[in-house]
Formats: sequence, C-alpha cells, structure tokens
Amino acid sequence: MSQTLESEAPATPPPAKKGKPALSEGKKAERRLGLLLCAPAAIVMLAVTGWPIIYSVWLSLQRYDLRFPDQREFVGLDNYIAVLTDGYWWTAFGITTLITAVSVVIELVLGMLLALAMHRTLVGRGLIRTVSLIPYGIVTVVAAFSWFYAWNADTGYLADLFGAEAPLTQQIPSLLIIILAEVWKTTPFMALLLMAGLALVPDDLLKAASMDGATAWQRFTKVIVPVMKPAILVALLFRTLDAFRIFDNIFVLTKGANDTSSVSMQTYNNLIRGLNLGIGSTMSVLIFIAVAIIAFVFVKLFGAAAPGNDPGGKR
Amino acid sequence: MAEIVLDKLTKRYPDGALAVSEVDMKIADGEFIILVGPSGCGKSTMLNMIAGLEDITSGELRIDGQRVNEKAPKDRDIAMVFQSYALYPHMSVRENMAFPLRLAKVDDATVKSKVEEAAQILDLTQHLDRKPANLSGGQRQRVAMGRAIVRNPKAFLMDEPLSNLDAKLRVQMRTSVSKLQKQLATTTVYVTHDQTEAMTLGDRVVVLRGGVVQQIGSPQFLYENPANLFVAGFIGSPAMNFLPGTLENGQLSTGLGALTLSDRVRRLAEEAKAPREVIAGIRPEHFEDANLMDDSAKSGGSTFTATVDVLESMGSDKFVYFTVEGEAATSAELDELAADAGSHELSDSGSQLVTRLSASSAAAEGHPVDVWFDADKVQLFDPKTGKNLTYAE
Repeated sequence: MSQTLESEAPATPPPAKKGKPALSEGKKAERRLGLLLCAPAAIVMLAVTGWPIIYSVWLSLQRYDLRFPDQREFVGLDNYIAVLTDGYWWTAFGITTLITAVSVVIELVLGMLLALAMHRTLVGRGLIRTVSLIPYGIVTVVAAFSWFYAWNADTGYLADLFGAEAPLTQQIPSLLIIILAEVWKTTPFMALLLMAGLALVPDDLLKAASMDGATAWQRFTKVIVPVMKPAILVALLFRTLDAFRIFDNIFVLTKGANDTSSVSMQTYNNLIRGLNLGIGSTMSVLIFIAVAIIAFVFVKLFGAAAPGNDPGGKR
Repeated sequence: MAEIVLDKLTKRYPDGALAVSEVDMKIADGEFIILVGPSGCGKSTMLNMIAGLEDITSGELRIDGQRVNEKAPKDRDIAMVFQSYALYPHMSVRENMAFPLRLAKVDDATVKSKVEEAAQILDLTQHLDRKPANLSGGQRQRVAMGRAIVRNPKAFLMDEPLSNLDAKLRVQMRTSVSKLQKQLATTTVYVTHDQTEAMTLGDRVVVLRGGVVQQIGSPQFLYENPANLFVAGFIGSPAMNFLPGTLENGQLSTGLGALTLSDRVRRLAEEAKAPREVIAGIRPEHFEDANLMDDSAKSGGSTFTATVDVLESMGSDKFVYFTVEGEAATSAELDELAADAGSHELSDSGSQLVTRLSASSAAAEGHPVDVWFDADKVQLFDPKTGKNLTYAE
C-alpha cells in the first residue's frame, strides 16, 4: 500500500514550470484567422515596396546601361565605388543636406509660431486653420511654377521687386528660392502636427508654471516644448525624410543647373535621362540608406523621449 | 504669511455671466479658509482670481495691504495646488519641487536643502528621483504639495486637491493637509465641494451659491446656525430634514404632527417676524427612539409614530429613514441643492426623513417605531427668502 503511494507521489505535481502557457485551441484559431485576414494586404505591400527595393539593389550590383545593353554584367560594389568617389554625388549630397537642414529648421520655427497662433486664437479658429493650410493643398509642381515665373528674369514680379537679375541662374539665389518654395509649401503641415502636440499640454500645467513664477518664454521652453517633444520629433522626422528626397521644386525651378541638384535629381538624371540603370539604382539605394539612417536616429531620440520610458521603469 | 483682503471682488465674463458677485472677505494671516459650494458656484473662479489666473472685473484684491489686481501670478508670491496636481511629466520629483526655486534663481545648495526638507516633511525622500508617471495618486498629491511649500510663499491656494484620491486615502491626506497647514502656519484658501472636508479642515468656511457668499463662519457655527436654507441643506451629512409647516401661537404643525416650540425658538421667530407658512429644519441627530428615553427627557420635544422604510446600521448609530406624508418642502435653494446632489427625481411622493437613532434602538424595517425629536433644536426658515428665522448671532 505504502509503496504504491510513494511511486505515485512524484507523478502527481502538475507540470508547473513551462516557458509560456500553451495557447488554447480557440486562441490558436483566432491567431490563424488574424494572420489570414492580414495576408492579402501584407502580400500586396511586399509586392509593391519590397520587390522594387530588392530589384534596385540587384540592379545596383550590375553594369547596366540601356544604351549599351550588351555590356550588362555583374560588377559587385564597383558602382558604389564609382558613385561615392564622384564629386557630383557629394556636391548633390551636400546641397540636399543643406536644403534639408535649413528648410526644416525654418519650418519648425514658423510652424511653431503658426501652431501657437492657431492654438490660442478664439475667434475664427476654423477659418484660420483652413487658410493656413492652403499652400499645403496646392500641388508642388504648380506652386513651383508660380515661384519660377515670379523669379524669372522676364516675367518675374518678385525678381523685379528685389532688383535681382535672373536669380535662378546663380547658385546661392537659386538655393534660397528653392528653400523658400519648400518652406512656403510645407510649413502648414508642420504647424498642423505641432498643433496636435500643443493640444496635449494640459492647461493646468501652464497655470501651475505661471504660479511657480515662470514667464511666458519660460513656460514655453521649460514646459510646453518638453511635454510636446514627441510631437515635435514626429513632425521633424516626417519633414526631414520628405525634405531629403526633394525633387519637384528643383526640377521646375532650376533643373539642377548651377550646382543646385539634389541627390534625387542626380538619380533621375542618371536613371531616366542617362538610361544608366546600374548607376541610377546605386544612387537610389544610397538615398534609401540615408533615409533609413535619418529615420533610425529619430526613432532612437524618440524612444528616449516617450513618456514613461525612463530608466526607473514602471512599478 | 499674509493677510488677504477681498473687497467687493466681482467677476463677470465677456458674455455677461456673473461668476462671482461682490465678495467681501478678510482672510487673516495664517488662517485656513474653505470655499465650499455646489459646482458652478464660483468657488474656483474666486480662487483663480486670488491666484491671478483670472482677471478681476471690479473690486480690489489686497495681499498684505497691497493692491495686486494688476500683478501677474508670479509676482503675487502665492503657491497653488491643483486638482489634477499639474506635475511636470518630464521632470523628476526633485526637479518638480525645485522648479519654482530654480525660476527664482535660488542657488543650488539652498535648492537642494529646501527640496530635501520638503521631501522629509511629506515623506517623499525615497521617491525624489522618480518621474510623476511612476508614482501613486497619493504620492503625486504630496509632490504637488511639496512644490507649493518649498517656496515658502505668502499663501497657499488649493483647488480640490484631494478630489482625485480614493476615499480612504482622502481621509488620510485630509489629516496631513491639516497638520501641514498648522505646522507651516501659512494662510491657506482651500476650495472643495465636499462638505466633510469643509467641516473638518478649516478655521472658517465660506459657503457660496451662484457667486454670492451665503455665510462665513466657523464650521461648528455654520452647522448650528445656518443663515439660510441653502447653508442648512449644504452643511451636514446626512443633510438636515426639511418639512413644510404652519406656525400658529407658538405651535408648529408639520407632517410629524403638532409641536409646541421652546421659548427660545418662539422668541427668535417672533423677533424675526416669522410668517405663518414656514419650513422647519431638523437635523437627523436631534431625533431619538422614544422607547429609550424616560418621560422627563421627552418633555422638551414631540413624539410621532412612523413605519421604518430603510434602516442603515452604522455600528455606532442607526440611520432610520421614514416617509412623511404630504407635500415636500419646496424653495429655490432646496431645488438647487437637490439638483447638485443628483436626487432631483427621487422625491416624488411625500418627503423623506432621515433620523439618527442610538445603536440600541429596536427599530426594524417595515415596523412602526416611536420617534421623539427635540423642540429646542428645530430651525424655522422663510420659504420665500430662505432666511433662517431662528438665526442666533
């Protein structure tokens, strides 16, 4: 009797330690259904984004010029070496970075002012928001043409006004006009994103800051900006990624002449006009990598700024 | 440390709404004063006006004898605690508490010692390096208090600071707020809609209704001598019972039967030229189970028999509810109080009577019981003006 009891005893404790609790049948079926429902969208996504990326990486590893299709061959990283040792690429890269940095900074400042104005307006708030969004609603190419004619030597009223002779034929004035066109067009977008962030700052917090002795400027720098930091970072990320790929404004305003070409412009010149699929694809892949790095850096900054993410951790 | 004087303080919004109407009040140095009233009575507006967060339409606000109407909040040297605590989410507890000092450009060593001293008082020392998001409600509340006390301001303003806490913590924090105020002896203006907080915390209570001060006085005085129906109904929990009655030759007849008023009450009513129709107010604790009393004690009151609707035993006492036949007492004040309590629709037939009887009472639900009440404690109100006809200075 006692023996049987002993022999049974070790078998009785339930299998207590398991990594994860096993999913029940119902849960499994639910998960399967979920995956199936996502599948069509995921497949379409992969087909339209994943495949072109992989294909251009493949093309970038080949010598492939449509003017000489017979000379197509696999060259490894030769195209990358060719592009990265080329002065034109680095000039374009420098110009792109300059345009991106300057225009995003100006947009941030103007966008913040606009957002604060819209946030605090009590009368005609809707109207002001709509009006300020108009530039964003106009197709970039159309807007770029208006700027082009405005600064053109023959028809340009702005060129006349500032007494400039054909500003679009010189590098520095051209860049300034490109930045102006960019800023004019996308500041409303920035303002809209920032306004959403402003709405996240509770009124009580500002009242408390006033009571604590903060001036309007201190309330802005020490309370509003830190609290809406995530919104600011999102706005900056969107705009930086967008600005880095600048193409349409430059295409219409200068066609990349006088060293005003961006990396996208260079890619277009090689890929579409030069019909050099190898070099063009290499440049697209490099832009892709640059954009990925920008995104990565921002997301890193972001992670640290997200509320509740401090090292203390949640209780 | 300061005396705050409100001189005919008025707030009228641009749309014409009158939020606060000609409030005259003198808050003594070191006094703990409570502004209480139902929502929308103007108590928070008044606090914001003292803080400088709302403009003053007319009248004058003086702190330490100096007119501060035009001064910005930061120049008034007063600290405020908000219902939402309004802690800066991106700063640690230490930085939150140091913020007012940093803005005042206090040197680092002083900031450190002051913050640590405040943390000690509020039992926050081990939480100094945490962010508000990682604190419990009670801890956040204490940080908010800490931010107010580090500066050693002239006055504290508190806008329902305990309303976001759960019931048990609220009682606990109530005592610590009271202790802290006594310890620091700083003038404090405290806004609440909770009459228990009003009764327990303050040196004096200000009851507001529709932007007009109804009565100012010590909690006990307000409880015993409410100036009008509104104060009588607002202060006290459970609330005072109100019954319509007729006054004739010192006899009061109500739904509870006829009652001979005590000499004191009769004299006060005569002095106040009481009309025939009155509203009688009796506090729940002035009732008692008649079977527990000897005849000599019963002589100063009146006894009625009624069937118990609901009985709530609190252990120390029994709350016994009855329905009194006949019309319920009506007046603008009582309607407003009922609306605020959300019990507007409840009293449709007769009026409910709440009594507080001894725990040893044999009252049982559904059974009749003899209840005695004290004739000397009956208060009479004018149904038209709401004025207390038995008000004794």
